[in-house]
Amino acid sequence: MLKIIKSGLQTTVQDLGRYGFQKYGVIASGAMDPYAHRLANLLVGNEENAPTLEITLVGPVIQFERDLFIALCGGELSPKIDGQKVDAWRPLAVRKGSQLTFGAPKTGCRCYLAVSGGISVPEVMNSRSTYLRAEIGGYQGRALKANDLVEINPTPAWQLAAFDKALSKESDWQVPAPHYSMEPVVRIMRGRQYELFNEESQSTIFTDFFSVSSNSDRMGYRLEGATLSLKEPGELISEAVAFGSIQVPADGNPIVLLADRQTTGGYPKIGQVASIDLPLISQLKPGDRLRFQEISLKEAQRLWTEQEQRIRQLKISIQLKWEEWK
Amino acid sequence: MDYSFSPLGDQAIMIEIGQEISDEGQNRVRTVSQLLESKPPHWLIETIPAFTTVAVFYNPMSADFETVEAELKELLQQTKEVIASEVRTVEIPVCYGGDFGPDLEFVAEHNGLTPEEVIAIHTSGTYSVHMIGFAPGFPFIGGMSEKIAAPRRDSPRLRIPERTVGIAGKQTGVYPIETPGGWQLIGRTPVRLFRPENPVPSLLRAGDKIVFKKITESEYHAWKEEDDAENY
Repeated sequence: MLKIIKSGLQTTVQDLGRYGFQKYGVIASGAMDPYAHRLANLLVGNEENAPTLEITLVGPVIQFERDLFIALCGGELSPKIDGQKVDAWRPLAVRKGSQLTFGAPKTGCRCYLAVSGGISVPEVMNSRSTYLRAEIGGYQGRALKANDLVEINPTPAWQLAAFDKALSKESDWQVPAPHYSMEPVVRIMRGRQYELFNEESQSTIFTDFFSVSSNSDRMGYRLEGATLSLKEPGELISEAVAFGSIQVPADGNPIVLLADRQTTGGYPKIGQVASIDLPLISQLKPGDRLRFQEISLKEAQRLWTEQEQRIRQLKISIQLKWEEWK
Repeated sequence: MDYSFSPLGDQAIMIEIGQEISDEGQNRVRTVSQLLESKPPHWLIETIPAFTTVAVFYNPMSADFETVEAELKELLQQTKEVIASEVRTVEIPVCYGGDFGPDLEFVAEHNGLTPEEVIAIHTSGTYSVHMIGFAPGFPFIGGMSEKIAAPRRDSPRLRIPERTVGIAGKQTGVYPIETPGGWQLIGRTPVRLFRPENPVPSLLRAGDKIVFKKITESEYHAWKEEDDAENY
């Protein structure tokens, strides 16, 4: 059991998303930074899709009600256990009664807490992700509040056997973190309506800096900077959008659609963030800046394939580490 | 009818079926989507059908863009015929005006009608569901009479209760969940459009016909109680 002492800014249960229901208008939801979510799970021996807590900018205070392993991956939110700084991107053995707190956010704004066995919440439409608007999924369909008690599945016996050894042994290994930045270069492909934009907009999207507006959330990031316009104003017929679609409403300020995006949209899409770079954008805070760089579809798919192979290898090295602890 | 294909990012492909909204195009959209879902290729994640397009999401570890495009082309070649799916007519009961429809008076005045006339026009039409999107179970509905068209509100309401029936421009719609929005609100239905506990969580499907039926407030409450009880 996890006892929530303080809620933090927005702490929600997320997995890799609710797929198969977008045709009914049900948004995908899921972790904003799927890479960090997956790694956090793998580090504690869970399936990649097991639900984690997505912690945003101002972290919660969480008390662990039994001995267990946890992993924290994602943005650097200065985590501490019982007042001691702890490392992210590795498994941590924590004692019953310990408290996890967070400090100042450094780079990034979303950190994923995975617990061994996984968080136990009911499945709604094949997913355990929280869908805030519809008040379904996750923990009672809402963000966590003080005094909530979050159930967790039992820790596997092989992990319990490793507990004392892990606790006594100073371990310094970590899995590599992505290169999060407060001013990243994010690779994008041309969007389906790229050609409808005027020449100036077609080039400024790849040259100018854009900053993340304060009016940004899990649904999408509104960007401020150069305004983009079409050759001829006009309306489109609504069509599907995807994680990372960059749409431009009439005011000319681009919006990058993220985990809680609507399923369809009628604004022209100037670009589409390469899946491999989605974590870079999801970790930005209001006020951070970014620049876009063009990437071909082929290259984007090649980089994605390479990353998936690296994750498979990491999974094997993590298993070997666990063997050492047994 | 021609199909064209283009990438929607590195994990989806967009099949475009004609450029204009038409009945035939929409039948094709449904056919393509149903075909893929009934015999899902190993790389398929899901589809999002819309007015003139079907977005096909795939796992790039199972197939790259070219492979998916080639397989889809072959599949669509084999299916020249449109599957005539059964057309359902769904009756949506609505309690018009009062607290449920605070903008009914405005819509009436705007069109030089009485509220009763607005209701009579709204309930006399047969509407078609073009697509589901924007919100869970939200139907894009065509076929409303222009006699009751009304502009969106200048400043959107922050909260529109679920099941509210509204008008925006030449469109009418029903909000399945509480959302902010600028529609003119004319009534409320006791029926839930979004049913997350069902395998098909949307009451309506693209291709359905809709008729609105006027009910009284007491009928509304009785109906709502029954509808809510059905699934809990």
